[in-house]
Amino acid sequence: MTKYPFTEKKDTRSGFGAGMTELGRTNPNVVTLCADLVGSLKIDTFIKENPERFIQCGIAEANMIGVAAGLTIGGKIPFATTFANFGSSRVYDQIRQSVAYSDKNVKIAVSHAGLTLGEDGATHQILEDLAMMRSLPNMTVINPCDFNQTKAATIAAAKHEGPVYLRFGRPVVPVFTSPDQKFEIGKAWMVSEGKDVSIFATGHLVWEAIQACEILEAQGISAEIVNIHTIKPLDEKAILKSVRKTKCVVSCEEHQMNGGLGDAIAQTLAKNFLAPQEYVAVDNSFGESGTPAQLMEKYGLNAATIVEKALKVIARKG
Amino acid sequence: MQTKELQDIASQVRRDIVRMVHGCQSGHPGGSLGCTDVIVGLYFQQMKINNRKGKGGFLTFNMDATNEDLFFLSNGHISPVFYSVLAHRGYFDKAELSTFRKINSRLQGHPTTHEHLPGIRIASGSLGQGMSVAIGAALAKRLNGEKTTVYCLMGDGEQQEGQVWEAAQAAPHHKLDNLVGIIDLNGQQIDGPTEKVMSNRDLKAKYKAFGWNVMEIKDGNDMEQVVTGLRKAKRLLGKGQPVMILLKTEMGAGVDFMMGSHKWHGVAPNNEQLAAALAQLPETLGDYEVN
Repeated sequence: MTKYPFTEKKDTRSGFGAGMTELGRTNPNVVTLCADLVGSLKIDTFIKENPERFIQCGIAEANMIGVAAGLTIGGKIPFATTFANFGSSRVYDQIRQSVAYSDKNVKIAVSHAGLTLGEDGATHQILEDLAMMRSLPNMTVINPCDFNQTKAATIAAAKHEGPVYLRFGRPVVPVFTSPDQKFEIGKAWMVSEGKDVSIFATGHLVWEAIQACEILEAQGISAEIVNIHTIKPLDEKAILKSVRKTKCVVSCEEHQMNGGLGDAIAQTLAKNFLAPQEYVAVDNSFGESGTPAQLMEKYGLNAATIVEKALKVIARKG
Repeated sequence: MQTKELQDIASQVRRDIVRMVHGCQSGHPGGSLGCTDVIVGLYFQQMKINNRKGKGGFLTFNMDATNEDLFFLSNGHISPVFYSVLAHRGYFDKAELSTFRKINSRLQGHPTTHEHLPGIRIASGSLGQGMSVAIGAALAKRLNGEKTTVYCLMGDGEQQEGQVWEAAQAAPHHKLDNLVGIIDLNGQQIDGPTEKVMSNRDLKAKYKAFGWNVMEIKDGNDMEQVVTGLRKAKRLLGKGQPVMILLKTEMGAGVDFMMGSHKWHGVAPNNEQLAAALAQLPETLGDYEVN
């Protein structure tokens, strides 16, 4: 398998902040909005360098989404930022009507997605946002995996014309993708080629998949890892190409089993090429308080579970 | 434009409204009739709009509205009046009004950008969202160094939505003095008088407390008062505060049997009622043809 040595750990939200800093310097139309979470979103540098292009919205997320939609009418590219919980489920109707149905060039950029938000607990640990956002027509949904990919995705989102939901997280994780990568929305990234099982992973689960792949390799199993950073539009071509070779699938996401990446893949397989699939996802439950590592272990979102599911799905092959 | 000319346009728009709602046997005539005068006053007198004509002799429509005044309809259910005014203003053929709420139409039940109808810049209908969008557009105009004005019409029942008050606190906070809000105070909503369903209490005091410059138009169905009031609102801009107009209207204004009750909020007239309504509204600019 392809090796991914890393020298440092960083949070994906800092990758977003770095992307915004660059956009602030290169694109005068980019405007940032935030609902009282500037420090958490790592946009301090953007604000310092472009104070007139930052709009503090206070703890009023519904209004923030509408304001973002209105800004596009003057040719601006607004990034509406908050925690993933408050930028999706809390404002679903505002996103649906004023952004997606109205086809406005709004970027909803949200941090602290999923269980790895940690100690704040289930009230803040959104695990349903990918399902909500991928069900909206016109919406592009992206969940990058590390600092560098998040930075690249942020810059790509600004270039993309149309609504984008960009989801990232709180904890520090290994930085293993290239700092000068080309990020193409809707194009999956082949992390490591293999022949026995296809592991499709998004967000924080990509690093777990790489570790799982090493464990599987030691057991003589050749796993293929594909990073599906764009949940919608889904790179069906890359998925089918991989599954036609391996004949079985493990999908991995920091999200509910219902309606997320796994279901998007299952839909593609059902329509095109039937193959057994196992899910690494939260199984119809809310999260709880704990450290990110404890939560990922308790809810089965780690390398150990990916290995277990891979062995199970290989056994299910006809 | 003379008041008489504006009144003639309003009379034709009212005819369009009852015919549109009758034509598809659905829609919201009451609020549409009540807001006819203010929307006609905005589009034919007050607002600075790009008058350049393009394909088919219709107005060229630029989504970004560069150097144009902007209007947002937050209470999207009064779409009949909005569509009729846009057609008469020259955005599209008034014959298209006959497609209102019918299959494959650009004139959806509630306004939308989705069907690319010129003149519409945001979808509205799920209440409470329009003022937020207007704030965003006003911020963009300020960032772009424009001196133009953004208008947003809301309903009084709509004031019950929480997001309205998020927007109400945001506009003065950002000192948006290029923004005019208008609340249609007809005192009625689907389930009955607003006072009974969920009282707004004192909207003037509320908006003042939030930091708006609040003014009133005592009879929003008197074109003279509407035009004067809109001029006054414009004069109040540029002083560090957004302006809110409390516009007293009569739901169903112009059609006697539709006035003074919430019953015509969302009900279509039958053939006899249509004839009775049209008999009260002079045909001034010609009725649209039904395809």
